[in-house]
Amino acid sequence: MDMYKENNHDNPPAHPFSKGGMRGFLKPLIVALWLSLLFLPFKGIKAAIVFFVIASAILVSAVFLSGYQNKFALAIKTLRVTVQESGLFSRKQIFVLRYACLLSLFVMPLFARDYFLDVAILVGIYVILALGLNVVVGFTGLLNLGFVAFYALGAYSYALLNTRFGLGFWTALPFSVGLSAIAGFLLAFPALRLRGDYLAIVTLGFGEITRLILNNWDSLTMGPNGISGISAPRIFSLSLGKLSYFYYLVLFFVLITFFITKRVYSSKIGRAWVAIREDEIASSIMGINTTMYKLYAFAFGAFWAGLAGAVFAGKMQFVSPESFTFMESVLILCMVIIGGLGSIPGVILGAFILVLLPEMLREIQLYRMLALGAGLVLLMVFRPQGLFGGRGVSFRS
Amino acid sequence: MHFGGIKAIAELDLKVREGIIMSIIGPNGAGKTTIFNCLTGLARPTKGHIRFSDREITSFASHAIARRGISRTFQNIRLFKEMSVLENVMVAQHVKTRSGLLSAIIRWKKFQDEEREVREKAFEYLDFVGLSDHVHGVSGNLPYGAQRRLEIARALATDPSLILLDEPTAGMNPRETSEVMRLISRIQELGKTVLLIEHDMKVVMGISDRIAVLNHGVKIAEGMPADIRKNSVVIEAYLGKE
Repeated sequence: MDMYKENNHDNPPAHPFSKGGMRGFLKPLIVALWLSLLFLPFKGIKAAIVFFVIASAILVSAVFLSGYQNKFALAIKTLRVTVQESGLFSRKQIFVLRYACLLSLFVMPLFARDYFLDVAILVGIYVILALGLNVVVGFTGLLNLGFVAFYALGAYSYALLNTRFGLGFWTALPFSVGLSAIAGFLLAFPALRLRGDYLAIVTLGFGEITRLILNNWDSLTMGPNGISGISAPRIFSLSLGKLSYFYYLVLFFVLITFFITKRVYSSKIGRAWVAIREDEIASSIMGINTTMYKLYAFAFGAFWAGLAGAVFAGKMQFVSPESFTFMESVLILCMVIIGGLGSIPGVILGAFILVLLPEMLREIQLYRMLALGAGLVLLMVFRPQGLFGGRGVSFRS
Repeated sequence: MHFGGIKAIAELDLKVREGIIMSIIGPNGAGKTTIFNCLTGLARPTKGHIRFSDREITSFASHAIARRGISRTFQNIRLFKEMSVLENVMVAQHVKTRSGLLSAIIRWKKFQDEEREVREKAFEYLDFVGLSDHVHGVSGNLPYGAQRRLEIARALATDPSLILLDEPTAGMNPRETSEVMRLISRIQELGKTVLLIEHDMKVVMGISDRIAVLNHGVKIAEGMPADIRKNSVVIEAYLGKE
């Protein structure tokens, strides 16, 4: 019976540095070396060496400290338990705290400058997109590299319905999201015969085809010039063109997206998606129609991309194929991965980071993409499960 | 059933009466797991028919077969590793729930009742296989024997009338093995039919009502445990001389 013993003794992955000794410190040194090599072309060899010394010092001490990670986590946990038991923060107060955060989001436009509102709107749009992609990639485990196509469909359908037929935002919105969802469904039909890398390639192709059509169908989409003069959404006679109003519109949609994806996630449908990600064969034996649920995931994800697209068109009042390149798909995918696949708060955090970081690094214009790239690599080395990932999936409904 | 020129099962006529524990034994590569794959729609027989409670299910998809009441465990455990133990069993009740997308979003009372029922049922199944202490753990972190029992709980949760167990005691120590034997008898007491693939003769002889012996995809014997033990063909092909 010995042959069966090798099966499935999956130990939880050990902490990368728990082995201790020299090998634990080798990894950060290599990372530091790599980073300073990236730095080299910009500032010359002297600066690169200084950078290497600083980076390795920081990383090695970080590794040293991470040895205490477990103790640290334990301390935090004890602290939390004591705080809970002391009744300092009751359940009710946590509830209140959550709504206080929400309230601060609501009153922000009263204080913030226009620039902040602009960035906040952008963050909101990306949060919707990332939550949508998370359904496909994070929950169901299907790599979709052409997600931007659905975003583009949402944006262009609103743009065209508005400029050609004079439909308002709210009338056009059902068409936009419906079109995107149907496109998601139609793409998934043939694509789901494929698995893994092949699916990724087909979705990538779909994204590029969509962009090329938008770029070349001059009579309909005005080609690379894009469509301008899209009217801002309005509620009755109130135009939402003003930034602070538009901010509320985006906030409203973000909350809806969050609310709905969270609820669907912790229902039978969400469970089926995660089961398919974990083991497709086993989930079909459990009576889940895997093809159907993968189609659902694609359409459901595309729905949100369509919404984000329509909002984007309403915000910019201009769309062009340039906004829907492959890099955009990659960016949204990065948001999902950084936060931790499948984790809703993680994905929201990922969207925040990837929109805010380039904005904050605007001062050091030249290096911001470099810093972003280096940061992503560091994350993949030290925390491959993402910032919020690795806790397993949990439904507490 | 052919696998690229190789016949996994050449000719097989197997009838399983309702409510019994039937074991399928035979040397490695005899086609035992292929039978399970055909029965659950993971493989399609090139010839022949599969009938289940007077219904032809030969060309059914796996999920449709599950709906009709056949469930199984796997030789190499296939749990939903990153889901909690409880969620594994909740997923398995998929076919018994009917709420759709809209009710998941709005959460009417009916949806909440259904969710609660699924949860409570899941607790019951876990209790049945003796995993009540591990409910909220991540299933991939369970000890090996517990993972096997969780697979059984998950298979039971689809509420099958026929349950296929593919080497449920593989890699277990004697104490765990006898626990699983008792578990299988209790499954039978629930009124379910059990089809069992097993190499451990103590288990096979101990709990089977009937045994079928396979060799090179051909059934070489079928009968009560006592008859099989004495069957000269079986001894030569599989059991070996004592």
